Amino acid sequence: MVPRPYIVKRIRKDTVDTFTLELGPKDGRSHFSFAPGQFNMIYIYGVGEVPISICGEPSNSTLVHTTRAVGSVTKAMSKLRRGDIVGIRGPFGTSWPVEQARTRDVVVVAGGIGLPPLRPALYHLLAHRDAYGKVVLLYGTRTPDDILFKEELENWRARFDLEVFVTVDRGTPGWRGNVGVVTTLITKAGFDPTNTIAMIVGPEVMMRFTALELMKRGVKAEAIYVSMERNMKCGIGLCGHCQFGPLFTCKDGPVFRYDQIKDLLVKWEI
Amino acid sequence: METLERILSQHPFFKELGVDYMQLVTGCASNVRFEQDQFVFREGAEANQFYLIREGRVALQLFSPERGHITIETLGEGDILGWSWLIPPYSWHFDAKALDLTRAIALDGKCLRRKCEDDHHLGYELLKRFSHIMGQRLESTRLQLLDLYGVRS
Ligand SMILES: Cc1cc2nc3c(=O)[nH]c(=O)nc-3n(C[C@H](O)[C@H](O)[C@H](O)COP(=O)(O)OP(=O)(O)OC[C@H]3O[C@@H](n4cnc5c(N)ncnc54)[C@H](O)[C@@H]3O)c2cc1C
Ligand code: FES
Repeated sequence: MVPRPYIVKRIRKDTVDTFTLELGPKDGRSHFSFAPGQFNMIYIYGVGEVPISICGEPSNSTLVHTTRAVGSVTKAMSKLRRGDIVGIRGPFGTSWPVEQARTRDVVVVAGGIGLPPLRPALYHLLAHRDAYGKVVLLYGTRTPDDILFKEELENWRARFDLEVFVTVDRGTPGWRGNVGVVTTLITKAGFDPTNTIAMIVGPEVMMRFTALELMKRGVKAEAIYVSMERNMKCGIGLCGHCQFGPLFTCKDGPVFRYDQIKDLLVKWEI
Repeated sequence: METLERILSQHPFFKELGVDYMQLVTGCASNVRFEQDQFVFREGAEANQFYLIREGRVALQLFSPERGHITIETLGEGDILGWSWLIPPYSWHFDAKALDLTRAIALDGKCLRRKCEDDHHLGYELLKRFSHIMGQRLESTRLQLLDLYGVRS
C-alpha cells in the first residue's frame, strides 16, 4: 500500500513535547473514514514511518493526529510546517467497542499520551449520548503541564452527562486538582461495574493496574478493552514486526479485549 | 437525617464489622467540617483521630523550604484519612489541608486505641482494614515513583 500525500493544514503545540497536526488530502479528495481506535502509518519523507492513532472526530473530513515527540521520526514530525507534505497509509487495526457498549455504562481511562487514541471514542459516545448509560473519563498525567486538550476537558467537565476526573502523578505549586495515580480515581467514579464497558490506553503497567482495579470493583475482564503499542513496519499483518505472542498488533489490535491478552501482558519475554 | 451509625456501617471500611463493634465505633465518632484551605492536621502534631471523608477533598502535603508545599496525594469522598493514630509515636507525618469545603466523620483514635488494647479481636479487625488501605496507598505510591509517563530511555 503506497502512502497517500496529505498536506499539513494546521499545527498546534499542546504541551512541551506534544503537538497536534491537522492534515488534508493533497488531491482534495475529502473524506477519510475511520472507526474510533484505528491508527494511520504516517510517513515523514526521508526519515521514516510511525503508527499514530487517529484522534479527531470520526465524522470530520480533516485528519487529526496528536503525537508526542520521543524519537527520530516523531521529532522530525514535530518540526513540520504548514504546507508540508506527509504520506498516510491507513486506517488500520481494530476499533473501540462503541456498538457493544450501547445501553451500558462506559468508563474511559487514559494515561499520558493515551488520551488521543480515546478521543474519537469519546466523540462517538457524546454524539450518541442517549444510547449509553453513564459515561466517565478518568485521565492521569505526569504533571499539570502535561494535561492535553485542557479547553476541551473543561467543556466536557461542564456537561451533566459526562463525569470527568483528572489527576497528576506530581503536583506543581498552585495546582489544586487531584494528585495520585489514575487507578485511584476508579473508586471515585459512579458506574455500575456489572454493566460497564471499559476502554484503557496508557503505558502497559498503567493499563494492567487499571484493569486490575476495575476487576476489583467487579468489572469482568471480558468487558475491558486496551490499546497496545508495538513497533510497526507494514501495518497490515505481513512483516511480523508488531508480533505480540501469537497476535499481530497491527491487524488483531491495537484494540484488544483484556481477557484475550492479559496472560501475554505478564510474560516479559514477549 | 442519616445517623452516624448508618453512614459508618455502609462504608466499605466497616463492612461486616458486627453490630456490637459498630456501636462501639459510632461512640467514638463525630461530624466535622473544614473550610477550604483549613488544615485538618499538621505535621508533628499528636495523631488522635482518623477521618472518613464524606464530601470535599483533602491534600496530603509536605513542606520543603526549596519547593514550598508539595502535595503528595489527594483524598476525596469515601476515602479514609490518617493512620498515624494507630502506630507509635502517634504523631502526624504530613500536613492535611482541605482543598474544598470538606465534611468528614472524625473517629477518636485515642478512644479506639484503648478499646483495641482491651479487645484484641477488635484490634485485629481494625488493623486488617488499615493494612488493606496501607497496601493500596503503597501500591499507588510505587506506581507514582515509576514515572510511567516519562520518555523511555
Ligand atoms: C497503534 C499505535 C498507535 C499509536 N498512537 C500514538 C499516538 O496517537 N500518539 C503518539 O504520540 N504515539 C503513538 N504511538 C507511539 C508511536 O508510534 C511511537 O512513539 C513512535 O513510533 C516512536 O517513533 P520514533 O521514531 O519517534 O522514536 P524511536 O526512535 O523509535 O524511539 C526513540 C526513543 O523513544 C522511546 N519511545 C518510543 N516510543 C515511545 C512511546 N510511545 N512513549 C515513550 N517513549 C517512547 C524509545 O524507547 C526510544 O528510547 C502509537 C503506537 C502504536 C503502535
Ligand atoms: S506491522 Fe507488519 S505485521 Fe504488524
